[in-house]
Amino acid sequence: MSVEFRKDLFADERDDDLNEIGKPTQRQDMLGHVTGRSPFYDDHLFEGLLHMRCVRSPHHHARIRSIDTSEAERLPGVKKVIVGSDVPNNLNALLSLLDFGLDDEPLLSDKKVSYKGEPVAAIVADSERIARDAVAKVRVDWEVLPHVLDVEEAIKPGAPSVNGAYPANKFIYHGKYDHQKLRYGDVDAALRQADHVIEGRYQMSPIEQAPMETCGAIAAPETNDRFVCYTATQGLFFSLGTAAKLLDLSSARLHFIGGTVGGGFGGKVDSLHEPLAILGCMLTGKPCKYMFDREDEMQVGAPRGAERWYITDGVMNDGHIVARKFIGYFDAGAYTRLSSYAIIKGAGHLPGPYTIPNVYADIYCVYTNRTPATAMRGFGITGVDFAIENHMDKVANTVGIDPIELRILNAYRDGDMKAHRREAKNTALIECCQVAAEKSGWQTSDWVKQQSSLSGGGGERGQLPTHTATDQHGFVQDGQSGSYGGGSKRQEKSAYAETAAARAAPPAAAPPLRSMPVAQPPTQPARTPEPVQSAPAPAPATGPTAEPPQPQTRRSPARFSSISGLRRR
Amino acid sequence: MPVRVETFSQVEEAARALSSNQKARIYGGGTILMRSVNEGDQSFDTLFRLTDPTLKDIRSEGDRVLIGAAVTMAEIIRHRDLSFLADAARAVGGPAIRTTATIAGNLLAPPPYGDLATALVALGAEVRFAGQGSANVPIDEFMRDRESRKGSVVTAVSVPRLADPTALRFLKVTRVKPKGVALMSIAALLPRAGGRIDGFRIAYGNMGPTPLRVAAVERALEGSSLDEAGITRAAAVATEGLDPPTDALASAWYRREVAPVHLRRLLLGQTG
Amino acid sequence: MAQKPVQFTLNGEDKAAFASDGQNLLDMLRRGVGDLSPKYGCGQGACGACTVLIDGEPCLSCLTLAETVDGKDVATTSGLSSGSGIHPLQDAFMRNFAAQCGYCTPGMLMAAKALLDRNPQPSRDDVVEAISGNLCRCTGYEPIINAVLEASRSGASQPNG
Repeated sequence: MSVEFRKDLFADERDDDLNEIGKPTQRQDMLGHVTGRSPFYDDHLFEGLLHMRCVRSPHHHARIRSIDTSEAERLPGVKKVIVGSDVPNNLNALLSLLDFGLDDEPLLSDKKVSYKGEPVAAIVADSERIARDAVAKVRVDWEVLPHVLDVEEAIKPGAPSVNGAYPANKFIYHGKYDHQKLRYGDVDAALRQADHVIEGRYQMSPIEQAPMETCGAIAAPETNDRFVCYTATQGLFFSLGTAAKLLDLSSARLHFIGGTVGGGFGGKVDSLHEPLAILGCMLTGKPCKYMFDREDEMQVGAPRGAERWYITDGVMNDGHIVARKFIGYFDAGAYTRLSSYAIIKGAGHLPGPYTIPNVYADIYCVYTNRTPATAMRGFGITGVDFAIENHMDKVANTVGIDPIELRILNAYRDGDMKAHRREAKNTALIECCQVAAEKSGWQTSDWVKQQSSLSGGGGERGQLPTHTATDQHGFVQDGQSGSYGGGSKRQEKSAYAETAAARAAPPAAAPPLRSMPVAQPPTQPARTPEPVQSAPAPAPATGPTAEPPQPQTRRSPARFSSISGLRRR
Repeated sequence: MPVRVETFSQVEEAARALSSNQKARIYGGGTILMRSVNEGDQSFDTLFRLTDPTLKDIRSEGDRVLIGAAVTMAEIIRHRDLSFLADAARAVGGPAIRTTATIAGNLLAPPPYGDLATALVALGAEVRFAGQGSANVPIDEFMRDRESRKGSVVTAVSVPRLADPTALRFLKVTRVKPKGVALMSIAALLPRAGGRIDGFRIAYGNMGPTPLRVAAVERALEGSSLDEAGITRAAAVATEGLDPPTDALASAWYRREVAPVHLRRLLLGQTG
Repeated sequence: MAQKPVQFTLNGEDKAAFASDGQNLLDMLRRGVGDLSPKYGCGQGACGACTVLIDGEPCLSCLTLAETVDGKDVATTSGLSSGSGIHPLQDAFMRNFAAQCGYCTPGMLMAAKALLDRNPQPSRDDVVEAISGNLCRCTGYEPIINAVLEASRSGASQPNG
């Protein structure tokens, strides 16, 4: 394995005492892997193991008139047919454990299905084959409903309502808005003064994580009135908490064993298998396995969701980007799962690693009749980065600037202010661009070679905008809440009161466009020891770091923290 | 309704039993059928396993070679007299698939499978059935009504012995490297007689419901010496009269767009 | 449900098991005789995680009817290492960091063993072809290819290393 370490970069910022970094270190589980002895969840054998298969919707969207399981129940070897009414608490949202979002998804649907492959019943049988045969014998009377598969179609008036908890097909942020807002400076004013306005539309398809081991779990009765659950989950306690909630069990009665996972990549956090396997075990008293086959994994297993982004940049002739506006649509599929959180992450990432004085984003978490989306490596970031970096190339082409030069010209430098109102520290985009250009034989100017993340930043670039244009569009009038920042329903009233007050605040007069000088002579790196204060007062509609103070209650929402900024101090 | 397995040591017996049991399937190499078993296909409940050793024979018959129905891809690749089929057989799956996948299974394989079958169409193979002695059905005819032959048992495939193994060219077009399922495959029989080439046979896989011959391309090439002009004429009609499918691998539009390019490369010998 | 007795050798040891109707070899190996080294990845012949050797030839155990191995030799990753140590292929996989989650590894090892048994000095292209039916989602194929090539140089084709 050849890994090159550029210890010359930022050499004076750390002691060169890294004794492990840079040296290959053997995995502790490697011997198990090469001998085939690593214990994956399905490598635990149980006498009398029962197998579970689900009856799934053949339709994108349909009401369930009735489910007739009688023929399936009569099949020899069928031990139990589980339907929605057998699930003690048959409505959940994965992030409800963080008090983020309304419960919107049943474990087994009993009223309607909102995506193709949604489960409506689970067969528990002596063998997988018998379970499959029984699935074929369940009769569901469907009333097929109109469906919508496109994010922008889904939020038009009159579109089919996909998700009962969010009838307008949009997740509600902070208990207030039907999208996640980011407001920093005044984008519209800056666009009017820019030499070029450059627009782009970018679309990413869903991506299946496709782990080699499909998702699954085995549950078995344990002594002391507990259930043991061997699982492929990537989030053991997350899955435990979800199972406890859906099954209305004390988590003390659940003994989860995991840790050896045959590839996850984000696709093994949805905790669909553990509760159902445990329920099968509870209802039969026997060990029960619920596992996706490969077709399930590809069709029903939650992918990285599709994203669509519209980007509008205001660019000066010299290549400085003075405004960047995003309209983003995340396709959550039929249920929230983790998409709402992905957008919070994505909003914190905007406008990419660039210092742009005016940034605006409206990001919608949209429900469609597609397979629910979930996490995948870098989720919330990868899709919009694809859009941003393609757009950077488009800007470079339009303005006639070398794409590396454009990036370095606009790159974050230490001491700059980021759009989510944190000081940029430990920036290294310039150095990355320089090394990438060098490695790929890309010809660059002397100016490019001379730039450094340690100089040219801060100062005026480190200041918050003198004025941020805010607005109330997308304000939710009808009191839907329960989402991140809005907290529990008990908090709704106070959240709305603050919003109303903020709405009354008049915007200040538009300030002159800030210039972003970077070609300063090298000076001391701007390193502010203290974090920059949070946003100025009248910024109710900004990102998560600038939310208005909320009364602390027992169920106050967890804050998503970031570990970036800890590297170089 | 678990799947029952019945074993037959005589292929004729199996053929008789199959004709009276619509819910039985012949288990050959298992590479296609076992997926259906694993996934609980409800359309059949019985597997017929054939242990008749004649199905594994490879033997000469005049100027042709008779290949038993149960001969595997790996056995074709290893056989001295079948070197002209080795490229197409090697295109099927990975080594573990080729160990068990059979020639008869490939003939009957639904899209996107059937790489070897595409080569057999170009080669002008003939298919022999149980209960029909040594009467052969030309492969074009076999492919035309393949669905209706599902109740018969293939016992062997007869192929002409090519004096020049390079006269059969094969190309599998995949989107995954080095190996994936074919979004199309092309086989071309280009027998040389003197300076000219006579008796072109061009076949595509995955450009229709079965591997098929491409009459328009054959006509365009007829009498040509595979020069630039002839190949250009052929490429211009690469998908004439075809109705390529749209599936998870590619759209019909995409297949139409790339077919002339790949055909051209194959005919120019630029596929190495 | 009919059960058929199947007698075969597994990694050199005599085994007897009952194959139920339609049961595949992967399921019989794992649940019938307790050899958990071959893995289920797809049940379709797409991934190679269940690769075993039958009479020395690489086969996909999920696509093999269990009863067809009656009287045959089956080899799996469980039989690669003898009591005294690990097989050179296993050693090379470790040294080349050719596994991350480890789920494809037993199938990869058997595909590689089938190659080296037949072709002790393979080219890089030979290795790529030999593992072309085996998917890996973590490591990337380079470390695996390098491991097989390294093993070939250290005499992995000799029985028991």
